[in-house]
Amino acid sequence: MNKEIRNLKQFSTSNDRFEGAHLLCPGCAHSIIVRELLNCTDDNLVIANATGCLEVCTAVYPHTSWDASWIHIGFENAATSASGAEAMYKALKRKGKLKDPDKPVKFVAFGGDGATYDIGFQFLSGAVERGHDFTYVCLDNEVYANTGGQRSSSTPIGASTTTTPAGRISYGEKKMKKDIVSIMAANGAPYVAQVSPNKWKDMVKKYQKALSIEGPAFINAMSACTTEWKFPSNETIQVSDLATDSLVFPLYEIEEGHKLTITYRPRKIIPVRDYLGAQGRFKHLFKKENEYLIEAMQKSVDAKWELLQRREEAGV
Amino acid sequence: MDYLGWDQVEAGAVLPSFDEVKGDIALLKQAERDYAPTNSYTASVADWRVFKPVFNRDLCIDCQNCWVFCPDTAIIAVDKKMVGIDYEHCKGCGVCVDVCPTNQKSLLMFDENEDNDRALQNWPEKIKKEK
Repeated sequence: MNKEIRNLKQFSTSNDRFEGAHLLCPGCAHSIIVRELLNCTDDNLVIANATGCLEVCTAVYPHTSWDASWIHIGFENAATSASGAEAMYKALKRKGKLKDPDKPVKFVAFGGDGATYDIGFQFLSGAVERGHDFTYVCLDNEVYANTGGQRSSSTPIGASTTTTPAGRISYGEKKMKKDIVSIMAANGAPYVAQVSPNKWKDMVKKYQKALSIEGPAFINAMSACTTEWKFPSNETIQVSDLATDSLVFPLYEIEEGHKLTITYRPRKIIPVRDYLGAQGRFKHLFKKENEYLIEAMQKSVDAKWELLQRREEAGV
Repeated sequence: MDYLGWDQVEAGAVLPSFDEVKGDIALLKQAERDYAPTNSYTASVADWRVFKPVFNRDLCIDCQNCWVFCPDTAIIAVDKKMVGIDYEHCKGCGVCVDVCPTNQKSLLMFDENEDNDRALQNWPEKIKKEK
């Protein structure tokens, strides 16, 4: 059962189950995203965590930051262990061996974009296809931040990373970002959504929906990374605002694989240039020879927004 | 707490969050919980800070923006009221100052060595909006 959260004041009476003094960077958006998921429900949680920033920073021996059942598992199988736990829970329930059968339990898996887009993709796809009742949250910071900033298939075009450095010859990453939300919707997940920490209410709503529906739910959460995106630690929310308002990261959900709803329409759409300018990883794009890329990016963002609006209208 | 050596740690470890679970954790306030020494709540990251946020109660409107956006669970909110900052868990990132909506901010960054009372006395004036 979900908690009723009408406003921020009411939300602030939640009892945190994600403790401080974890070792994530100052200003990291990961913990904002995770905290809101743990606060939006009072149910018991079983959490599987793939390797990544979140895992290595919240369970450094001898401390743990989790006040819920939590397991660290290999890079690729967060979805697998969550679905395994869920299958066992169902079996025990059927046999009547549960200690407290009335208390609802939710199964959640966290993974970074490396663990979701690349390494764990096959296992996530399998878990969704089998229809386990769990929620997968991808903390999408568009880079392998934990290992030192290598490109992942989530890295947007033009970004400078350690394995796609921008310089005299290259303008950085040359591939477009993978559209994981559409892929997961096509995979058969009944609920797929994109969230961003700066729109907390939208995020909480989507979390609650994802937790309450029967079957697998996938949530792609944008997580601004102060270290790899190269912006000052206090600007995490500002940069997230720029991303959602410039529609680089539109907020929408897809139900039953086709019913698309846009959940946030910015009052004033700002140019993509502003979003890029706030981050050090796109600094080289403002050189004269790379300016054409910004225009191309603006065009592709506009086209994507147009497509989303059409899909919402048509419901396909 | 006593730390084990590298050769004493067993492969695969279980870290308990609580010494004793008295009921449903989601319904217990942090003060009522029985934290184990292996819970990071008992640890401190105060030495990460270079600048620290200082909270001014007189200007606060209890919007709780800082609470929801704090990455370190370091804003203490009791009964819908903002009470203060948990300096054991704050890393001094400055997100709370950034999201504070009041003009003449009710949270501001000061040098870590600055005295809180002196910081409150030297609070900057309200910024007038230019038309």
